Amino acid sequence: MSRQTSRIADPKKVNSELFNLTYGSLVSQLVKDYENPEDVNKNLDRMGYNIGIRIIEDFLARTNFPRCGDMRDAADKIQQAFKMYLGLNPSIGNWSGASDEFSLTFETTPFAEFVELPDSCSNLKYANILPGVIRGACEMVQIEVQSWIQQDTLKGDNVTEIRVRFIKKLEDAMPAGED
Amino acid sequence: MSTNEKMFLGSMFYPLYAIASQISPEPHSSGIQIIEAENFKLHCLQTLTGVKFILITDPKFVGVDIVLRRVYEIYSDYVLKNPFYALEMPIRCDLFLENLKLLLEEVEKFGISYK
Repeated sequence: MSRQTSRIADPKKVNSELFNLTYGSLVSQLVKDYENPEDVNKNLDRMGYNIGIRIIEDFLARTNFPRCGDMRDAADKIQQAFKMYLGLNPSIGNWSGASDEFSLTFETTPFAEFVELPDSCSNLKYANILPGVIRGACEMVQIEVQSWIQQDTLKGDNVTEIRVRFIKKLEDAMPAGED
Repeated sequence: MSTNEKMFLGSMFYPLYAIASQISPEPHSSGIQIIEAENFKLHCLQTLTGVKFILITDPKFVGVDIVLRRVYEIYSDYVLKNPFYALEMPIRCDLFLENLKLLLEEVEKFGISYK
């Protein structure tokens, strides 16, 4: 995505402001529809999941990466995907002892550059679509993960942190010929 | 081939692919990559997600890997980015078919080019 200050634009790139506005209108519509912020969080996660299961094929088609050997590999690929699709550079860290849990840390919440949460939505996880995308994408390559927003700059934290935890390999779904 | 015959091909090929990887004397073998016959070659690309792309070509055809990867890209664009397409269902997306045709025409006319 590019922030356009000139008129000459690559026709395939979308102004990031438009993207932020689109995401914002999505969230605000969900808030109106569901009233309860928890329901909005769940729906954002579900929508993210639906995006994740599709976007993984695009990611694999364009990058041709081999299967990840472990979560450190996976974390690296997820980081690359954020760069590729959103132009964001989260840092990876906070690894658990068994190297099966890690954090993606953003300086600010994605899509929320100009956003303030009202008091009625203090439980709202604005960027909750992202953990859903991670979960959906990983599931399609037979890795079951849990993903959630651990810290959120919109709630006063210093950084926005998405935590990803490896649950298990989905052996049954593994395509034939991959051990 | 009728739609039914195509689905039959797909559903027969899927278990054959799995069996092939198991009967291999080498461990960690992939499934069927090429089937060679007198009048044709059948190529298969399996993605990490388990989707298989099958291409049936002339035996002398070269550069199938690139074509299959381009098909994968076209699939990830025109099928998966169509919100009205439900995963695992037969693909009835016109844009997908159009772009597939364009790709195959290009391949026939100019040979393979790296993109």
